[in-house]
Amino acid sequence: MISPYERRFLICGWASLFALLAGSAPLSPRISARAQENTANKKDKSLQAFRAVASVLTSPRCLNCHIPGDAPLHGDDGKPHKELNIKRGPDGRGTPAMRCTNCHQSENAATPHAPPGAPNWQLPPPSMRMAWQGLSTGDLCRTLKDPAKNGNMTLAQLYQHLDEHPLVLWAWNPGPGRSVPPLSHEQFMSKVKEWMDTGAACAE
Amino acid sequence: MATTRLIVNGKARELNVDPATPLLWALREQLGLTGTKFGCGMALCGACTVHVDGNAIRSCVTPVAAVAGKHITTIEGLSSDRSHPVQRAWLQVQVPQCGYCQPGQMMSAAVLLAANANPSDADIDDAMAGNLCRCGTYARIRKAIHLAAELARSAK
Repeated sequence: MISPYERRFLICGWASLFALLAGSAPLSPRISARAQENTANKKDKSLQAFRAVASVLTSPRCLNCHIPGDAPLHGDDGKPHKELNIKRGPDGRGTPAMRCTNCHQSENAATPHAPPGAPNWQLPPPSMRMAWQGLSTGDLCRTLKDPAKNGNMTLAQLYQHLDEHPLVLWAWNPGPGRSVPPLSHEQFMSKVKEWMDTGAACAE
Repeated sequence: MATTRLIVNGKARELNVDPATPLLWALREQLGLTGTKFGCGMALCGACTVHVDGNAIRSCVTPVAAVAGKHITTIEGLSSDRSHPVQRAWLQVQVPQCGYCQPGQMMSAAVLLAANANPSDADIDDAMAGNLCRCGTYARIRKAIHLAAELARSAK
């Protein structure tokens, strides 16, 4: 005969053993499907956030200087800056006697059609062109994440660059006659964070 | 108004102007250095080119406040006796026609030669593309820069 106490102990023991075995067994199909769904949702959220990020990165304010060639673009219609034969030069700051800062001061000129300005106006150097022009959204995303193409930045450094760099911030204060990106800088950074927090996914 | 201190052609100068005043007007109207010319007022033609710490800049869009404490060289300060190789070459080749753009052309040429003692035609075209000449003296400018490079090399 076993006492009620001993019976309860046995029932608990069997129940614990069963729970332990269930835990070490493969996830039930329902749990696995939920995990996959969560992962898919997270990726969708990330891709969606990056589409918003890309809408800013492909605005003329960013794209005019993130170019594969040697002549920067200018204006909202992305005209080549070739009327003065402007070139990237060996350090991204122009050629001798035609440095970017010959004309581009640390602040915008107040007159329409006169040079815009921000501290250290320059193109990316030829060794690290950070070119975005003509890329699909997926390729833009991969380029942005790749330290070999983004200036050796980690995602955290990239976030800081987009949040603080004077040339990035200039896009929202471009002077008279130039459009600003489609999102505010605050909205843009919120989408950058969302993209990074959800795994920084890139479209195929 | 505020006092801005600059070093212009080697001399310390004090300017009592609005800090937003373009350097061009401070040079011409406050200091009487009228060799530097007003062309477009929007950094598009190069007539107002001067040197700031050895770099060519467009003085028509450069506020005085941006160059406080810096060394400014104008065409009057390129040399005291027209002995700069660019000045000698310009005279020898007789580059100017109307002459209005030439101070800016010479200031850009001097910066090019300081960076590149033996520029090719392509180097010259790249460096001088921001200095426009409505008389079209470009061929003589290029020839004079090659000559100035030669004069500078032979002087060493």
